[in-house]
Amino acid sequence: MTFDFAFILSTLPAFLKAVGVTLQVGLIAIATSLLVALINAALLVFRTPYLSRLVALYVELARNTPLLIQLFFVYFALPALGFNISGFWAAIITMTFLGGAYLTEVLRAGVEAVPLAQIESGKSIGLSDWQLLRHVILPQAGILSLPALFANFIFLLKETTVVSAVAVPEILYTTKSYIALYYKTYEMLAVLTLICVLLFLPLSLLLGRLERRLQHGQFGS
Amino acid sequence: MSALIEFQGFNKFFGDQQVLKGIDLRVQSGEVVVILGPSGCGKSTLLRCLNGLEVAHSGSLRFAGNELLGKSTDWRQVRQDVGMVFQSYHLFPHMSVLDNLLLGPLKVQKREPREARAQAEKLLERVGLADKRDAFPRQLSGGQQQRIAIVRSLCMNPQVMLFDEVTAALDPEMVKEVLEVIQGLAREGMTLLIVTHEMAFARAVADRVVFMEAGRILEHNTPEEFFTNPQTARAQQFLEKFSFVSTLPKKTKELELI
Amino acid sequence: MASSGLELLWVSLPQLGKGAAQTLSISFLSIAFSTLGGVLYGVLRTLNNQAINWGLRVYLELFRAIPVLVWLYLLFFGLPIFFGLSIPSFWCAVLVLSLWGASEVGEVVRGALHSLPRGQREAGLSIGLSGPQLYGYVLLPQALKRMTPPTINVYTRIIKTSSLAVLIGVVDVIKVGQQIIERTYESVLIYGVLFLFFFFICYPLSAASKVLERRWAQA
Repeated sequence: MTFDFAFILSTLPAFLKAVGVTLQVGLIAIATSLLVALINAALLVFRTPYLSRLVALYVELARNTPLLIQLFFVYFALPALGFNISGFWAAIITMTFLGGAYLTEVLRAGVEAVPLAQIESGKSIGLSDWQLLRHVILPQAGILSLPALFANFIFLLKETTVVSAVAVPEILYTTKSYIALYYKTYEMLAVLTLICVLLFLPLSLLLGRLERRLQHGQFGS
Repeated sequence: MSALIEFQGFNKFFGDQQVLKGIDLRVQSGEVVVILGPSGCGKSTLLRCLNGLEVAHSGSLRFAGNELLGKSTDWRQVRQDVGMVFQSYHLFPHMSVLDNLLLGPLKVQKREPREARAQAEKLLERVGLADKRDAFPRQLSGGQQQRIAIVRSLCMNPQVMLFDEVTAALDPEMVKEVLEVIQGLAREGMTLLIVTHEMAFARAVADRVVFMEAGRILEHNTPEEFFTNPQTARAQQFLEKFSFVSTLPKKTKELELI
Repeated sequence: MASSGLELLWVSLPQLGKGAAQTLSISFLSIAFSTLGGVLYGVLRTLNNQAINWGLRVYLELFRAIPVLVWLYLLFFGLPIFFGLSIPSFWCAVLVLSLWGASEVGEVVRGALHSLPRGQREAGLSIGLSGPQLYGYVLLPQALKRMTPPTINVYTRIIKTSSLAVLIGVVDVIKVGQQIIERTYESVLIYGVLFLFFFFICYPLSAASKVLERRWAQA
């Protein structure tokens, strides 16, 4: 079994582009999910009666169904209702739907973890609800949530491989295309594995270090 | 007569730090040895080396004539002969008191259930907790849990009992009930190695007092000799700290001085 | 319109049922193997053996760095080439999900065992318990309560991830759904049904996990 290095080199530009797409989809999804989550967290914190329940329902629906089904629904079913959508945008919408739910849960847990004493001190020096949120709750919830947020960011980046199912040219789709075209299965799978390890392993190790660093800084833990 | 327990030139390291330096100690069968010393002097470590919770590095440790510092030591067997009671009792919270007591005899020693149960109940009765046999540890006070921890070790029929600061975590009013049990064991002639800060108790129960500091045994003597006439300066300083409270001058009313 | 949709569903039920059986089989098998493997992993990693620890960590990081779908393709395309083995995609999916699931359950078990007071291990050893006895009678029973809610969450994720099996050719509930759509063009209905299928399996599990977590919360 020979390893065709020359072939691999010839495919590198394509793979580089694929990594770009992976990062593009992933980072956009992270940003939009975060936005959705911040809005939801604010709704939950302010306990707006109907919206809070809606947020809870949304979170349960998004977290208890597979990304693939959500993706197929958006990509295949929406056109039947009149919307025509590209694979790329179906991916973004779906991943925002899923990511928003996960990040909402993280922020909710972060907010709940802020000690009641902090909120009471804030109120007793006369802060308004909005000021309380901005100066006391969010900063502390932010730090408490940091490891979980980062973990979910990595999760979203890895889930981009699923959107290969709707022909988004990220790393997995590119690999499959090249295997179908040139039959260099061995070489292409090796490249794919290498890219995954180089891309995701450092992030995972970084997460570990972040978790350890923050444990030392927490009071009373 | 050869000693039951014999440390010779015993050394132990934690990484680069040497926590036990050239320990020489012999304990006869039936002897009650109390080990005293400031925090960090290695007294707990010494105890834990005796039942294999800590691994020693060099020197010799003989128990009942067998060298324990070898590859072929069966620590499971040693631990049945050397019982240990911990500062935080560490009863198994998911089991009732009786199950806590019977786990060792039934599963390790594979004894006859009826005999094991009879022994457990007899010992429970002896420490005054016969009615707690079906209770769970979380329903009991610290003093009760510690007494049961002692019984748990006794049910294994050990030759030696090790006590590692067993009253340090107890509220003061519960200390007495635990110390009474230990006294009872001493009277019956069991070999005991006790690490404690209870000076009065040490004085009352010990056959011999061993004073340690920074990993070394600085002096050892009978309790009377040690407490009234400590030989080393460090021992004197140590004892002074404990007598501070009892030798504070009584507060006199101003009026009486006039 | 609605009635024809329901009629379609009714007629397709046997087919969908078969597909669902595939999906659920993959999930159940993977859950079972993951649990066994996970407990083994968790116990092995708390044994303080450098070599074992290191090896298991490499295994863990490999399954964390490489997404499950990539693993599916690696084994599905790679096994025939590397080892001349050609396993049906069903078992390929079970294998990947089990290995990945075991690493996830394993980390939960490891964390739970690690969180027990050190004295429990020492007290158990002091009455002469052997390694297996220590874990079987003392450590694992206590870790059980702490392990269960997060493990149920892993199960939920295994079930959701089993949906990826359709991408390596398993004729599971999604594939059957897609076949129906090809004939009838009822994509909204079918994908909606699939959505609800997974939801009504996963939601009770995650709800149960939360209930248990609250009930067994540390005092």
